[in-house]
Amino acid sequence: METLRWLWRQLTSMRIALILLFLLALASVPGSIFPQRGTSPLRVNEFLKDNPTSGPILDRLYMFDVFASPWFASIYLLLFISLMGCVLPRAVEHYKEMRGLPPEAPRNLSRLPVHLQWNSNSAADQVIKETQIAWSKRGWRVRTGDDWVSAEKGYSRETGNLLFHLSLLVLLIAVGVGGIAGFRGNVIVREGSGFANNVTQYDTFTSGRSYSADKLPPISFKLENFISSFQRGGQQNGAPREFYADLLVKDDPSAEPREFRVEVNHPLRTAGITVYLVGHGYAPEFTIRDATGNVLWQDAAVFLPQDAGFTSSGVVKIPDTVPQLGLQGYFLPTVSADFSNGPISEFPAADDPGVYISAWQGDLGLDSGMPQSVYRLDTKNMERIGIEELAPGETWTLPNSGMTVEFTGYRQWATFAITRDPAKGWALGAAISSIVGLSLSLLIPRRRAWLRVTPAAGGGNLFEVAGLSKTEAPGLADEISHLANLVNTKKEN
Amino acid sequence: MTVNETLAQASNAMVYGAITVFTGSMVAFSISLAKGRRLEALETSAQRTTASHQVRMGSTETLIKPAVSTSVSVDGGRGEGRRAGNIGMALTWLGTILLGLAITFRGLSVGRWPLGNMYEFSLAAGFAVSLVYCVMSLTRDLRWLGLFITIPVLLNLGSAITVLYAESAQLVPALNSYWLLIHVAAATVCIGAFTVGAALSGLYLVAQAAEDRVTNGLAPGRSAAIAQRVPAADRLDLLAYRIHAFMFPIWTFAVIAGAIWAEAAWGRYWGWDPKETWAFITWVFYAAYLHARATVGWRGRKAAYIALAGYGAIIFNYFIVNIYVQGLHSYSGL
Repeated sequence: METLRWLWRQLTSMRIALILLFLLALASVPGSIFPQRGTSPLRVNEFLKDNPTSGPILDRLYMFDVFASPWFASIYLLLFISLMGCVLPRAVEHYKEMRGLPPEAPRNLSRLPVHLQWNSNSAADQVIKETQIAWSKRGWRVRTGDDWVSAEKGYSRETGNLLFHLSLLVLLIAVGVGGIAGFRGNVIVREGSGFANNVTQYDTFTSGRSYSADKLPPISFKLENFISSFQRGGQQNGAPREFYADLLVKDDPSAEPREFRVEVNHPLRTAGITVYLVGHGYAPEFTIRDATGNVLWQDAAVFLPQDAGFTSSGVVKIPDTVPQLGLQGYFLPTVSADFSNGPISEFPAADDPGVYISAWQGDLGLDSGMPQSVYRLDTKNMERIGIEELAPGETWTLPNSGMTVEFTGYRQWATFAITRDPAKGWALGAAISSIVGLSLSLLIPRRRAWLRVTPAAGGGNLFEVAGLSKTEAPGLADEISHLANLVNTKKEN
Repeated sequence: MTVNETLAQASNAMVYGAITVFTGSMVAFSISLAKGRRLEALETSAQRTTASHQVRMGSTETLIKPAVSTSVSVDGGRGEGRRAGNIGMALTWLGTILLGLAITFRGLSVGRWPLGNMYEFSLAAGFAVSLVYCVMSLTRDLRWLGLFITIPVLLNLGSAITVLYAESAQLVPALNSYWLLIHVAAATVCIGAFTVGAALSGLYLVAQAAEDRVTNGLAPGRSAAIAQRVPAADRLDLLAYRIHAFMFPIWTFAVIAGAIWAEAAWGRYWGWDPKETWAFITWVFYAAYLHARATVGWRGRKAAYIALAGYGAIIFNYFIVNIYVQGLHSYSGL
């Protein structure tokens, strides 16, 4: 029991709180050095591949999930326990102080940092009564005795301090609840295609423990048009200048479709979810026919951008032919003048589009039961039968099968992040009240002031006014001198 | 929207002008410090506190302010040091105005808020540092601090024009939001004020070291050369505290404004992006500083080191994270 009490006293001491604050800062550092699964899972995989020995050790230490790691959580939970252990007793104390009166005036006022005195023949009780009224009017909480006045102001400093710390607790809870009761998914939608809010339609989908995917609101939208433009010329040639997606949105299955333009910084908010535009790229359109001219496949294939010039790579898989056919290659929005560096697009806008593709024959490996990326061709059991550059409208007749591949054009696609965070409003409220609390607690001065009247040796009274600042705010002397001026005595002697 | 080249060039000319003027003020402040009146004996904070903090007067009319005085020279004489200090102060004002014009012209040349890449942030940060210093100097004598302000401003502007320079251009779409102004302007003002705070905390450490040597009966040592030319340690500490305490809520606001913007732009208000992480680390350090200053055994030197660590986190976030770390805040324009 004694040990527990000792531990609690330690934990709630300011020294331990400070050490925990340092640990929290220190613990965040690896999260900015190593790639994190939460934000860039691909870079984590790359790191693990490049560092086969140190990678798994770092992984076991949660270096790629720093902010979800047990040691990070234990630091901030201890910090919050320490904080509450410190703040709650103070809240009780502050409540009592708020309801009570300032303490009695000290006997010897001359020891205080600011002290003024003068003699007057004015009567003590009259001056004390008037001083009480005058000081109260200036916002001081005043208590009087027979020959003294005691006043205090700036209670909202402590109120603000407590509000700030409690807001942090609410913020922490809101962050936690948002993670548990929300979801986040990404989906690629091509121009002319649609999306219905259903788990199977997402490319990636993660949800909190208490959110079940069948609760997804039944919204749907179609990507009508995607517009992008880029800086032309100058030092920042090729930098994105604007992009937006024109959607036709149905807020529920029976609703009238409405037009909505999603832009960066301007998401679609409906039915408790938010739809953000987070990326874009190109999808070249191919028509693949057999030797007799029957269409085997006709669609736009999503290719993923690889560089600032939007050189995009992707594949098309045709499992219905014997042997199976696969196309793998690059879409270049602006074909560069020479291919000496390989197929690299010169500019991100589709000024002079072209594809650079290789055709493969054999077993696509789709039946092996292993999950496969739709952006990669598994060429283990395949054989390359040719390689070709195509401009829009050009057709390539594949060797030995008579099949043809026509590059008919391209469409753009957009990536949308779709999220739900039901505790977002609470987090915002807590953040705002934390600033209010912080401002009060750092800017409001807490002060005490006193008046004491004692009979002077040679007749009349000695009037003393003194003040004490409980903070380091400037201006105590000015304020006390002002209070002293409010003490209405006849200036004699 | 095209770029107005005349205005863009005018902006560049103003930046060079500001650098020239700040160099002049740095020289003037150096002369002022070198020739400034030396305090004959290094008075320790403790001695002075007993002498001046207790104000005892016969009547209210003659009350003397025991507010924090930052004046170094006792008699306020008209020595050479004082003249040089005045020149430095005037030049600092001029440099600040030139830098303000440079930023304005830069913004006008592209028809947007000039806070879109590191070059523009650097101009704004330099402006914020010198403006905070100038505004503070309106109510107190801060000529002794000038040298320690113009040096970081010049280093910053120098790196801006040599390493970080980016031509006037339109914004990338992610920055196209009114939150750019709110979030970045708040953060920039904080960087400016925290730079002044860090200079004061650093000077406090030097002054405190010298005073401690005197208290312990040792020779003042090398730190005395500076300590004799700046206010006593406890005044420096108090002034540093006031800046940090005033800026901390604004820094909190800057971080929260960033979170609100991130919610609209990236779909989450906090995602531990490297920049966010270091803003958080900075926040934690300054929070620790404010707590340390109210804790027995931590106030004074330890607290000052924590404030400097917070400033270190800001600098790391600005130069290292912006340029070398891959993240969502990659707008350096490099």
